[in-house]
Amino acid sequence: MSGAPSSGAPPVADAVNQADQADQADTAVYLYGVARGLDPSELRGASGVAGAPVRGVVAGGLTALVSTVRLAEYGEAALRANLEDLAWLEATARAHHDIVDRAAHAAPTAPVRIATIYQDDARVAEVLGAQAERFRSVLDRLTGRTEWGVKAWADPSALDAPDTHSGGGLAPSAEPPTGPPASARSGSGSGSEASRLGAEPSAGAGTAYLLRRQRERRRREDAGRRAAEHAGTVHEDLAGLAVAARRHAPQDPRLSGRSGTQVLNAAYLLDDERVDDFLAAARSAGERLAGVEVEVTGPWPPYSFIGEDT
Amino acid sequence: MSDIPWTGTPSTARSTALDARAGGQPANLADLLERILDKGIVIVGDIRINLLDIELLTIKLRLLVASVDKAKEMGIDWWEHDPSLSSKARRDDDGAGGTGAAELAEENRRLRERLAALESGDARPPDDRPRLEPAHAEPRQDRQSAKPQARDGQAPDERDPDEQARDESPREERAPRSEPRARDKEQRS
Repeated sequence: MSGAPSSGAPPVADAVNQADQADQADTAVYLYGVARGLDPSELRGASGVAGAPVRGVVAGGLTALVSTVRLAEYGEAALRANLEDLAWLEATARAHHDIVDRAAHAAPTAPVRIATIYQDDARVAEVLGAQAERFRSVLDRLTGRTEWGVKAWADPSALDAPDTHSGGGLAPSAEPPTGPPASARSGSGSGSEASRLGAEPSAGAGTAYLLRRQRERRRREDAGRRAAEHAGTVHEDLAGLAVAARRHAPQDPRLSGRSGTQVLNAAYLLDDERVDDFLAAARSAGERLAGVEVEVTGPWPPYSFIGEDT
Repeated sequence: MSDIPWTGTPSTARSTALDARAGGQPANLADLLERILDKGIVIVGDIRINLLDIELLTIKLRLLVASVDKAKEMGIDWWEHDPSLSSKARRDDDGAGGTGAAELAEENRRLRERLAALESGDARPPDDRPRLEPAHAEPRQDRQSAKPQARDGQAPDERDPDEQARDESPREERAPRSEPRARDKEQRS
């Protein structure tokens, strides 16, 4: 049709067409995840990133969860900047999670990584078809299972406390880390004793102080090591109840909103029928270990277990 | 320690998450980000925002975790004060589109300074603004050229995201806390 100037489309149609193209050029489609056997009504009223309504793109028995986004916010240059903006990232991550979570409660759902964006629904359908086998194998692995998170913190005061029983956990003792006798020696009363021994008073006090510091540091290190060992044991016990388990990096206290030493941060993929046993085991681990706090979160969509090698 | 905070009793743990959309307790941001940034099926989108851009942020998150004691000493709110993490600062000069390379070079320069400061034990960056950024620019460019991504979605990166992270950012991977220097030597050798 390259050489058809006379009988072309009327000017009005041209304008409409251009407007459509402009719209298309301004928007894209954000993909949250892929579900199998999802009832479309489950998405009713769901709003995704930037508050846009979420819809399903169905192909080959799989449902892609998508919503329309503006390229001004989700185009390449904009994303590059926005992904580094923690406030934007949080809002997007929460919206992403809300949609995946909602779908995951209704049907097996494989989350896609954040900020996976296509031109339009047709492209999403195309990818759904092209990757169907991969999605199905991931979904097979996730069906009837949920992810649970377990974190453990060593209580800082327990870490500071002297170890009174070897291997007896982190039970804090009533004895303060810095004993009164040491401070008394290094105080005003040290003069006569030190001069009688022919030592410099200040050197004796300094040495005592350094030794005390060293002992405290060792106690803390020992306590920290024990806490890490306990965490490893807890993890192994819990992993025994799970289909798969993964340890995550320790969390930034300012993101987690918690201080203290995080000694365990792990995720477990559980068969639905093992969840109660798992929660009981996690609870008893927390009760068994003095000075270690255990926190369980879940159920999560199986984010941590979609890797093909897990 | 009898009062163990138990945010996940069998009943409340499940109901909390189940009721999230009905106004329940929102997920902890750290829990959320560690799952949503790093995990999830990796498929090539049409908007080819390089996933490294995301990993860049996670690298920053992790580096912060690794050197959190230093960060505490500096008393920073890193995402608010770091220009490279502030969308406002970025938008101001990002609009023209031709700033990418210069920006990268600039960031790289700052990272080197930052690392040098960490190595020398001086936690405060030269310009007195706290930053915690790894030197990422060079590997990032290498990888971009080495791994051209198909546009048709047929060539997804099949590897596990964690594995990618290991390949792509050896600096921060599973590193013990508070050992930025040791890891830095590793990287440079």
